[in-house]
Amino acid sequence: MALVLNEEQQLLKESVKDFLDNKAPVSALRKLRDENISDYDDTLWSEMIEMGLTSLTINEEFGGLEFGYVALGQVLEQTGRNLSVSPMISTVLMSTTFINVLGNVFQKNKYLPEIAKGNIKICLAHQETSHFNIKDINTELKGDGDSYVLNGEKHFVIDAGISDYIIVLAKFETESNYIGVILRSNSDGIKINISRLLDDRKVGDITFKNVKIEKESVIEINDFKLLERVFDISSIGLSCEMLGVSLEAFDKTLAYLKDRQQFGVTIGTFQALQHRAAKMFIELELCKSVVIKGLKAIDSDLSNLNEIASLAKAKLGRTIKLITNEAIQMHGGIGMTDDIDIGFYIKRARVLQQTLGDYNYHLTRYAEISGY
Amino acid sequence: MSENNKDDFRIKTRKWLEKNCPMSMRGKTDDIKELFWGGENTSFTSEDQKKWFEAMYHKGWIAPQWEQKYGGGGLSILENKILLQEMSRLKCKQPLISFGISMLGPALLKFGNENQKDKYLNEITNGKIRWAQGYSEPNAGSDLAGLQCKAEDKGDHYLINGSKIWTSYGDMGDWIFCLVRTDFEVKKQMGISFLLIDMKSEGVMTRAIKLISGKSPFTETFFDNVKVPKENLVGELNKGWTIAKYLLTHERQMIGGMGGDDEKFNPREIALESFDLKDGILPNPILRNELSEYEMDDKIFSMTIERAIDEAKAGNESGAASSLFKYYGTELNQQRMELIMSLTGSSELIMDSEKNKNGYIAAKFLRSKGNTIEGGTSEVQLNIISKNILGLPTK
Repeated sequence: MALVLNEEQQLLKESVKDFLDNKAPVSALRKLRDENISDYDDTLWSEMIEMGLTSLTINEEFGGLEFGYVALGQVLEQTGRNLSVSPMISTVLMSTTFINVLGNVFQKNKYLPEIAKGNIKICLAHQETSHFNIKDINTELKGDGDSYVLNGEKHFVIDAGISDYIIVLAKFETESNYIGVILRSNSDGIKINISRLLDDRKVGDITFKNVKIEKESVIEINDFKLLERVFDISSIGLSCEMLGVSLEAFDKTLAYLKDRQQFGVTIGTFQALQHRAAKMFIELELCKSVVIKGLKAIDSDLSNLNEIASLAKAKLGRTIKLITNEAIQMHGGIGMTDDIDIGFYIKRARVLQQTLGDYNYHLTRYAEISGY
Repeated sequence: MSENNKDDFRIKTRKWLEKNCPMSMRGKTDDIKELFWGGENTSFTSEDQKKWFEAMYHKGWIAPQWEQKYGGGGLSILENKILLQEMSRLKCKQPLISFGISMLGPALLKFGNENQKDKYLNEITNGKIRWAQGYSEPNAGSDLAGLQCKAEDKGDHYLINGSKIWTSYGDMGDWIFCLVRTDFEVKKQMGISFLLIDMKSEGVMTRAIKLISGKSPFTETFFDNVKVPKENLVGELNKGWTIAKYLLTHERQMIGGMGGDDEKFNPREIALESFDLKDGILPNPILRNELSEYEMDDKIFSMTIERAIDEAKAGNESGAASSLFKYYGTELNQQRMELIMSLTGSSELIMDSEKNKNGYIAAKFLRSKGNTIEGGTSEVQLNIISKNILGLPTK
């Protein structure tokens, strides 16, 4: 399990970079925000589908490319660098992973080819309080084996407003029995309230009131470890995007240090700034290592994925905070203005930090896994 | 190397080590001074130590990656990695601790002439000569290129006058590789040469330096009209700075990697010995946080070493340079020793009890403070990264 990309993955990374640099740079996010007509750019999404980006982690038997998560990670790093807005996180990372890991053959046959072709978008509704915790679930599925009813509330559901389907994480019968449900987002009894986030993206609060569920829509979770695996994979995917955000914020800051003149010299000559920049570089090198390790751990089915995932999300959470804070500080006054792009990075960073658990959550989880 | 060959090499290596590494040469090493250092002033401390060294020497695994004609084993990077993994699995002690292997060797391989390589590399691998390093001077620490110890051209020899400081185990060394000034008129980096000096020569003297830990692993080394044959010059005259920089990269890697060996105290083990868990959790939340934060950085640092090796094997230029490893490895090691001092509380503050080997941990703790100074301070490493990797301007 060498911690390097193979040729195919390297090629994908480069072509996605070229594509997003052109089609979805920060100016595209700015335009979405200012025009406020749609949540994402549908033309861009169509081209991403055409490139096969929706089918990277789907097996060939379900119409996918079967390139694996190392490949998906390279795409997410690039969407991070450009702050590109698309349903990649909700549909391709979280929901596809949920179905990949937990879905039965019928469900895989039904949904995965449609995702691969780009015909459907799915969001994952799991969180119920202001802090991520998979054990904090009160949404409840009740039923007798043939038909079921779903009741509960979900918060912070990424892309809730644009998805065709919702995967809901619920409890079934007992406190510790988790279950998944996949249903059309326009089903009777569903109310979705959309909010704009700090990073100008949209999430939804969803209420489920006596929503009727067919048996075939129930995703059984027989092993809690598999549910954890879904979120571990998703956390590593988010860490890839966080790496991209951090690398780009750092590159922009470094360029500024080489350009900005004060006291008659370039500010990059000041040792007070140089040493901080060098420390950021070191932290980023460590981040690259844990991210590639995480991606490889998914594809090679390593048994300590939970440990690596929490290490990655914690480390990236701490580093992205450092980098985006320093980015603003080193840009000085101009960094506080909406005129330049650096502010978009700190805003995306804070949202990514909270999504699926922040530094504190994952470091605590790491300690638990480690037996202390 | 195919997967099959890899497995084959691993199995053969494992079998050989199991057969040839005596039981007493396995397990934790509390003090690296217990190990075999080679040289004329040292002898084996046990029959097993001798057997282990000789077995490894005949196998060529004292310097596994050196060519066989220099007493090496001719192993590839990958084979060497497998060997190290297998040695670490069995907890084999290093058969020879030698600055010759880690520092002088790489410089000779790159800059030495064939005579020098043939003579000195073989004397390193067979354990005959123990090398010391003469770089820093009392007035040339971080500003190493400002060194003043001079070598005058006297026709058939150089005449050396001056002094060196921070010579590791200088009193035990047979030979010393030195940076000397051979030109005072040019830019300071351009007037430095790299010389090999026999420490038995007339006019060489060492004096031990007592450290805050109470120990004296370093000496000052004085040169008073010492004659050195001209053939002992490595590389070209006045081009020693290039060799010095190259060598410092190896030294940095070595110091940076000191936290990464199996002999280190494990803070988690110490935490679990020192405290009773309550509901499976360490009772002090701040210590728990410190421990998990340290482990996070330690584990990810190990992944970074792993990635750098994989990148090198794949032929990619790795951004992770030796300065990164030197900086992070030593900062991490200090953090670990601080954590251990917190975890052990007052018990490791006692300095005259057999129970804790006379404050052995406290001495290690004090010693770790030097890690971020020796081999180029942390600040010097950050300067190097900022200038050479990030390309930040100096003026």
